[in-house]
Amino acid sequence: MTAVQISVFLENKSGRLAEVLRAAAQAGVNIRALSLAETIDYGVLRLIVDKPGEARRSLSDAGFTVSETEVIAVEMPDRPGGLAGIVDLVTKRGLNIEYLYAFVGRRGENAIVVFRVDDVSAAVAALQQGGARILSASELAAI
Amino acid sequence: MEFMDRGRLRALQAERLRECVKRVYEKVPHYRRKLDAAGVRPGDIRGIEDITLLPFTSKEDLRENYPFGMFAVPMEEVVRIHASSGTTGKSTVVGYTRADVALWAEVMARTLGAGGTQAGDVVQNSYGYGLFTGGLGAHYGAELIGASVIPTSGGQTKRQLQIMQDFGSTVLCCTPSYALVIGEEGKEMGVNFADLPLRVGFFGAEPWSQSMRQEIEAALHCHALDIYGLSEIIGPGVGFECLEKSGLHINEDHFYPEVIDPTSSEPVPDGELGEVVFTAFTKEALPLLRYRTRDISRIIAEQCPCGRTVRRIQRVTGRTDDMLIIRGVNVFPSQIEEILMRVEGTTPNYLLVVDRKPRGLDELEVEVEVSEQVFSDEMSKLEALSEQIRSEIDNMLGLRVAVRLVEPKSIERSAGKAKRVIDRRDLGR
Repeated sequence: MTAVQISVFLENKSGRLAEVLRAAAQAGVNIRALSLAETIDYGVLRLIVDKPGEARRSLSDAGFTVSETEVIAVEMPDRPGGLAGIVDLVTKRGLNIEYLYAFVGRRGENAIVVFRVDDVSAAVAALQQGGARILSASELAAI
Repeated sequence: MEFMDRGRLRALQAERLRECVKRVYEKVPHYRRKLDAAGVRPGDIRGIEDITLLPFTSKEDLRENYPFGMFAVPMEEVVRIHASSGTTGKSTVVGYTRADVALWAEVMARTLGAGGTQAGDVVQNSYGYGLFTGGLGAHYGAELIGASVIPTSGGQTKRQLQIMQDFGSTVLCCTPSYALVIGEEGKEMGVNFADLPLRVGFFGAEPWSQSMRQEIEAALHCHALDIYGLSEIIGPGVGFECLEKSGLHINEDHFYPEVIDPTSSEPVPDGELGEVVFTAFTKEALPLLRYRTRDISRIIAEQCPCGRTVRRIQRVTGRTDDMLIIRGVNVFPSQIEEILMRVEGTTPNYLLVVDRKPRGLDELEVEVEVSEQVFSDEMSKLEALSEQIRSEIDNMLGLRVAVRLVEPKSIERSAGKAKRVIDRRDLGR
């Protein structure tokens, strides 16, 4: 019940993000969501895409350092408190969230949050027990 | 000594060389083997010109005999041990007998004396005290002169400046880049160096340039003199500038200089650039025959207007190997490579960038390409990786560096050997 995130190492140099996006576009990869974390010298670009395998190959070929990361994507109601309820399910079990990012789905009724946790199976169990709807990789790709 | 008639000096050098070769042949197995292999008997050495018959000594010879194998005296006679970093894990170890420590004080006293240091001077010694020879070398020399030594060692610049003002330091000993730091920091603190009694500074342990001399002299309002030395020969005190500031006088009654072609190992005529080689014939614990310094310079045979008869070498203009000297610490790219290999499990592609920051101090930045093996989507793990590299280098070399993670292939690869070092310091002569 997990999804694949494509993570890319990026130096803080102008034009590098655009090059990642161009390489993905040329490979016919559609980006569903993205987040960028950065320090003074470098950043990590995290991508949810429709074709993770294609994305990884094309970015590696373009010379980027790429890895696949197991993440959890959860659908949540797009209203105040929606995200708080989901985060509570995980953290109340004492599980550590490394990072998360959220986006609004195409239909607009529900939003989606992507989690990176250290203990994936425990987090999946906690979310399921709490009644959260975890999206499969194919559901995520089809958004 | 420095003003001795050259004919007498050569006779003295010849006598000392003969005695030294005889001594190392008897006492140091390494030299016995080398001399036997070269077919040279101690009795073959008559004049100083016969020095070219002798085999060279290299840093590798010291490493192979690590730590004390090259010592010519039993450990009971060794009263001091210093060490500097070697090309790989093992450091270069040097030992001194009581007489060697006295000799060192003597040559450092000449060095400081050439800049006018005398009893009554207040010498602020900001060279690091420790395994590094800079601190104790300058200390003993200044004490021998009878000056008042303040052993401030390096760092804590504000405190250094406070002491300089309150104690009325007239002489400063430190690396040239630290002199600039003192100048900058003092300016910020509102110190007016023109009003201070500081008169002369002895700056060495790292390469510097004529333009840096002007900068330091303008900032600190004192004479800035270059000093030269390496721990294998004795430490600081091998060569020194006089107030003419035109080349380094060599204490050649103890350290005989030659300049050779680094490729053919043949001596080059005076005045031509080459690798500087020293024979330390009077040292008891670690006498060295024709030690290859890897420093590039030339011999200035003309007599200096100051009247000293000992020959000079030009300010060192480079190295025959890839050794970097950063804030007095010797750094070989191979050492960094070893550390990266240990941290990452593989040798990553890396680049060392040396720069002299506007505030003066030399900085080493280690750029490391992030491979897929070490890449993490979590920033904290990437930060931990660079922190680990940073602290391992600090532990191994005693040098704080900046570590920058870069994308693969952003470091230029050349067809043959990868270019590992970019030196942006202005060392133009």
